[in-house]
Amino acid sequence: MRDFAELYDEIDTTTSTNLKVDAMARYFRTAPPADAAWAAYILSGRRLKRFIGPALLWRWLIEASGLPEWLVSESCSAVGDIAEAIALLMETAEATKVATDVPLADWIEQRLLPLREAEEAQQREAIITWWRTLPYRECFLLNKLLTGELRVGVSELLVTRALADVFGMPRTELARRFMGEWRPSAAFWQALRSGEAPVQEASAPYPFYLASPLDADVQTLGAPEDWQIEWKWDGIRGQLIRRAGQCFIWSRGEDVVTERFPEVVDAAMEWLPDGVVLDGELVAWREGSVQPFAQLQQRIGRKKLTAAILESVPVRFVAYDLLEDDHADLRGKPLQERRARLEALLAGAPEVLAVSPLVTAACWDELAKLREESRARSVEGLMLKQKASPYGTGRQRGAWWKWKIDPYSFDAVMLYAQPGHGRRSNLYTDYTFGVWNNGELVPVAKAYSGLSNEEIAELDRWIRSHTLEKFGPVRAVEPSQVFELAYEGIAASRRHKSGIALRFPRILRWRTDKPAQEADTLRNLQAVLDQHRGRKEPN
Amino acid sequence: MQTAVITHAHGDHLRHGSARYIVARPGASLAQHRLGSGQPVTAVDYGTPFTVGAARVSLHPAGHVLGSAQVRIEHAGEVWVVSGDYKRQPDPTCTPFEPLQCDVFISEATFALPVYRWAPTPQVVEEIVRWWRANRDRGIASALFCYALGKSQRVLAELRAFTDEPVYVHGAVGALTDVYRRAGVEMVPTLTVTSEKKTDYRGALIIAPPSAAGTPWMRRFGEHASGFCSGWMRVRGDRRRRGYDRGFVISDHADWPALLETCLATGARRVLLTHGHSDALARYLTERGVSASALQTAYGADE
Repeated sequence: MRDFAELYDEIDTTTSTNLKVDAMARYFRTAPPADAAWAAYILSGRRLKRFIGPALLWRWLIEASGLPEWLVSESCSAVGDIAEAIALLMETAEATKVATDVPLADWIEQRLLPLREAEEAQQREAIITWWRTLPYRECFLLNKLLTGELRVGVSELLVTRALADVFGMPRTELARRFMGEWRPSAAFWQALRSGEAPVQEASAPYPFYLASPLDADVQTLGAPEDWQIEWKWDGIRGQLIRRAGQCFIWSRGEDVVTERFPEVVDAAMEWLPDGVVLDGELVAWREGSVQPFAQLQQRIGRKKLTAAILESVPVRFVAYDLLEDDHADLRGKPLQERRARLEALLAGAPEVLAVSPLVTAACWDELAKLREESRARSVEGLMLKQKASPYGTGRQRGAWWKWKIDPYSFDAVMLYAQPGHGRRSNLYTDYTFGVWNNGELVPVAKAYSGLSNEEIAELDRWIRSHTLEKFGPVRAVEPSQVFELAYEGIAASRRHKSGIALRFPRILRWRTDKPAQEADTLRNLQAVLDQHRGRKEPN
Repeated sequence: MQTAVITHAHGDHLRHGSARYIVARPGASLAQHRLGSGQPVTAVDYGTPFTVGAARVSLHPAGHVLGSAQVRIEHAGEVWVVSGDYKRQPDPTCTPFEPLQCDVFISEATFALPVYRWAPTPQVVEEIVRWWRANRDRGIASALFCYALGKSQRVLAELRAFTDEPVYVHGAVGALTDVYRRAGVEMVPTLTVTSEKKTDYRGALIIAPPSAAGTPWMRRFGEHASGFCSGWMRVRGDRRRRGYDRGFVISDHADWPALLETCLATGARRVLLTHGHSDALARYLTERGVSASALQTAYGADE
């Protein structure tokens, strides 16, 4: 793992993509095939699920470091990353950092994977021993692997560039064979190198094609009839895969969520022929209209999916696109052809498998008016897709745009602040905001983003000099700073003191012009919620 | 103030507005340089007592920067020691820290968390040299950001073990480096960056204060890699936030083990802490039976 740790460091300490690609190519040239395969797997953003939960690591760290719990806690919050904090705290002068180098593949296959089946006592002993004997860099990487949070600052594209370099192969050819699901092994590496097609797994999704926010005037897009226009559904983007006599559902986060949506699976098994892949949105649906996202969360958030939840939150798969039909990859075909085949395929299908309806307008102005109805329709705006476009990968700009409506916003007062993580460690960047209710400020939202680095630095200084009280890493601050916050949705919540939960709250700006007394009230937010709930949704 | 007793010449510890400044002799030229030539600076030898009011005062080496001092104050049979900023690692540019016995010890606590632990300086300087060489192989300059007073000269002195090549320095670093040289500190040769003549900086090492990072002054170096020498670089997020390519963990402050060792070795019955994570160190010492608390001061949170 030593070479891989060195590679990680090289990538971590430069912003030059050329240097990153060079460093990867150097590693791939010399690493044993199985190590290279695992490294490519990790570097390209494929993640190993976590081996040990943070709560256990936390407990073992306290035991192994011999430090009081509060001090470990302060240290972790100063560092902002438990994997790094462990490596720093275990790097004591007394420790004997004498571990011999074990290859990356052996680390994962022979040490980490078996850990999943091991008893807690064995896990503890193995991990503490590694902490005590691994040099800092390897210890840090090990912890990142253990927590399932190893991210490296390169994209799949850059890895492909390095590999194309090493194998002397065209990038497109390599990308085709490298994409999707594969099991890292020496055999895979050799197949990749020799040009044989690696075996695809039946459950493998295609990389999702993502739309970019429309930042130009819509009039610049040319004729509206060149565009396929749909509502932007507020649900979970997903791929529905019907292959090898089975059905799989993948979310955009590349998680398998198949068992969360049994009615979709039933309908797919009944209606779709084998060798079909659909791209679409999983949405909560009742009485002819889409329901707020918060309801859908019950489908994924709960540990156990009960009959009661299945009943109270019915869902639909609203299909956008047909990526594979009759076992053939259609992604290179123009969208309008894929759309025609999608409509034909789903004509007469069970209601659970719907086709996303088209929105038509004679001109952009008319479309802009329709977009104003988004909130009343419980959608997030419009999607604009060029009819001639192939299905791309990732966020390639130009052919697919999302034209969202402006978010809701309100003014709130900062109540608490806490240090952030990663590059925001040691800096107060996680804030809790409140609104007025009967002369008191009630917390309603936490927000982490939206300020510039300069504002963050200024606010950090302000927080440090206006702290009223400290609770561990959390500081209660003087309630005087007002911020305009945006959010995407609102739902009633029994878990929050305020009785409401906001979706994706974020900071729009720091209202230095506004005194705290003029911040919003809880009543204002409740009014938005009532409006949201009481509305009859048009179909 | 009538009389200011100065621990060292950093901006947050040496301010204008006093009628008289008392400093340790090796730091006199630095203090004079910082205050300006007309200011009344009195130099005293380490360990030689003088009186301020009814108190018997003496200065003792703190190992922070050239001429840095702890202040020992004896009055009515009680001894207080104010550490100022200090470190316990060897540093070729200044006299090593002298452990003192006292009743009350006022210590800095900038890096008072167990995650802060320093590797031996030559080991880190070797990393700097390797980084410099690698950048040179790529045909680019290496910009190393160091505090202009103390850290820069320490790095220049430690570099002697690896090279005798000249290093370019920012004007602010250059002026202080001259003061150090006149005080007898040996360093690698330096060339001050000027705008007068055009220089090819490819492959060069340039030492500049952090305030120069990201300013138009940097443009003359063309493509370059950036590094920062600081105790804060121990934490990855800190380095990434500040936007440097590389962080080199070299600090002129005591790390966690050194803070603990120092506070306990004074035998003080009371320890007062300033700077940084003083709350954490106060609590840790209290739990170990030493009466300790944090002291509010006007110092900044920087190194």
